Amino acid sequence: MRYAIIGAGPTGVVAAETLRREDAQAEIVVVGGEPEPAYSRMAIPYLLAGQIEEAGTYLRHSPDHFDALGIKCVRDWVKGVDSNTRRLSLHSGETLAFDRLLVASGSHPVKPPVSGLDQPAIHHCWTLQDARDIAHYAAAGSRVVLMGAGFIGSIIMEALARRQVKLTVIEMGDRMVPRMMDQTAGNLIKRWCIAQGVDVRTSTEIRRVVPDPSGASRYLVQTAQGGEIAADLIVVATGVRPNVEFLAGSGIEIRQGVVVDEYLQSSAVGIYAAGDVCEGFDWNTGKHSVHAIQPVAVETGRLAALNMSGCKVRYQGSLGMNVLDSLGLISTSYGLWQGADGGEAAQLLDEANYRYIKLQFDGRRLVGAITLGFTEHVGVLRGLIQSRIDLGDWKARLTRDPSRVMEAYLATIQ
Amino acid sequence: MMRSLSITPAKCTGCLQCEMACSFEKEGVFNPARSRIKVFLFEHEGRNVPYTCTQCADAWCKNACPTEAIQINAVTGAKEVINSLCVGCKVCTIACPFGTVNYSHATGKVIKCDLCGGDPACAKACPTEAITFIDADWTGYQKMRGWAERTDTQSSAQA
Repeated sequence: MRYAIIGAGPTGVVAAETLRREDAQAEIVVVGGEPEPAYSRMAIPYLLAGQIEEAGTYLRHSPDHFDALGIKCVRDWVKGVDSNTRRLSLHSGETLAFDRLLVASGSHPVKPPVSGLDQPAIHHCWTLQDARDIAHYAAAGSRVVLMGAGFIGSIIMEALARRQVKLTVIEMGDRMVPRMMDQTAGNLIKRWCIAQGVDVRTSTEIRRVVPDPSGASRYLVQTAQGGEIAADLIVVATGVRPNVEFLAGSGIEIRQGVVVDEYLQSSAVGIYAAGDVCEGFDWNTGKHSVHAIQPVAVETGRLAALNMSGCKVRYQGSLGMNVLDSLGLISTSYGLWQGADGGEAAQLLDEANYRYIKLQFDGRRLVGAITLGFTEHVGVLRGLIQSRIDLGDWKARLTRDPSRVMEAYLATIQ
Repeated sequence: MMRSLSITPAKCTGCLQCEMACSFEKEGVFNPARSRIKVFLFEHEGRNVPYTCTQCADAWCKNACPTEAIQINAVTGAKEVINSLCVGCKVCTIACPFGTVNYSHATGKVIKCDLCGGDPACAKACPTEAITFIDADWTGYQKMRGWAERTDTQSSAQA
């Protein structure tokens, strides 16, 4: 049996290791184009912040990790997939035959339609090379404009702030992290960041980037609202999209990402998808969606590999979850944090101390949550949501005091 | 034989000796707020429930970690945070459905129970044997693993 895996990120690596555990004899090939050892994009902000070296981003730390497992790593980009002849065509001109394939090609950052973004010192923060480029320009005191205060933008914000740059964050939405936080939380995070010295502007749209005619800075960033912000470096964090372009003509069904069934198999038999590129079932809604987050990346990587190896395991769907540290203020969101149709909500808000919990119920079940300013036992929110536990009279108690989630868990599940 | 913590809430008096012992062993201070085991007091029911990491067989925290910073101690079976590898991203704290991995502002890393290297201070400190350290096969933690098998995508694969 020959397994090929496209992508050497967390999904591809976990899948390769799982395949090896399940099948000692199989041939396992991981194809990834980036000229680096397998690394974690999630760790890049900590590299930029100077907390770790590049090696600290590596997914596996033993240099012969993959050799020791008999996993072959091919450094190349995949140009196309032929589902019928079961071959990959690679950028180098080589082809690679497979019996079963995992598409774990991840996602790529997208640029907004703003003129002037194709110039030097304007970077995404996605790859290790991006991090090197940003580090080159982001010296202490330099003026940096960060486009986008979504989840990724907000993590990069923390890293840039630690580099002592003069930072302006521009977000089109009406609050920070609008796809993870509600109005209350998103605005509290904004207020906190401003209090920490970061210039955060929400409901602000960037129109164009032009060279600074005075020469005092590299660029002037012009907003639709009429503002002009000097910048020596611009970091673009305005969203990511699944890497599916190379699958054109493969016959594999693609919507936003590669559409998979409950076994993470695509529309082509023997070809699976996992991680950021996969459009699988949403745990909450049962509908297909792309959840480009680390826990889903590793869970789907592992389960896809098990299914590929013949050990059939049904995937119950991905639960959206995020945790964010915005200059020391920690927030989380889970599942249907915006609320379920016909559901009820409970909240606890202490604006002065930046503490907030919002719980979303559907009947007597917890289906979503947001927390701000809490670091103790937050994972239990996942436990309560994903066990679909009937909270019984604990729903009323949680409605009075949403901070008692751990007690609710112990009382109802233990 | 691997050993693990066994907790019998009915025997717990809520004295918090385990929290004191844990914080002193792991943090060098007698401060329940910095303990990795936590006793939840249910005053109305008169019930106290000590609670900490179950060292699940297929650990959610370990699987979710993007930098290989949670590793299995080959001797004790405990899932341990390797501080030099932890970048403080906190993904494990939201991935653990038992809520037993917490972020520490003081260190910028996550903390969790590591069974004190095979001689857990909480069990030694417990005066009523509500917390004992016994052969893994006998622990009530199977209940929690059962939860995982019921709901979870990862453990169901073990079946």
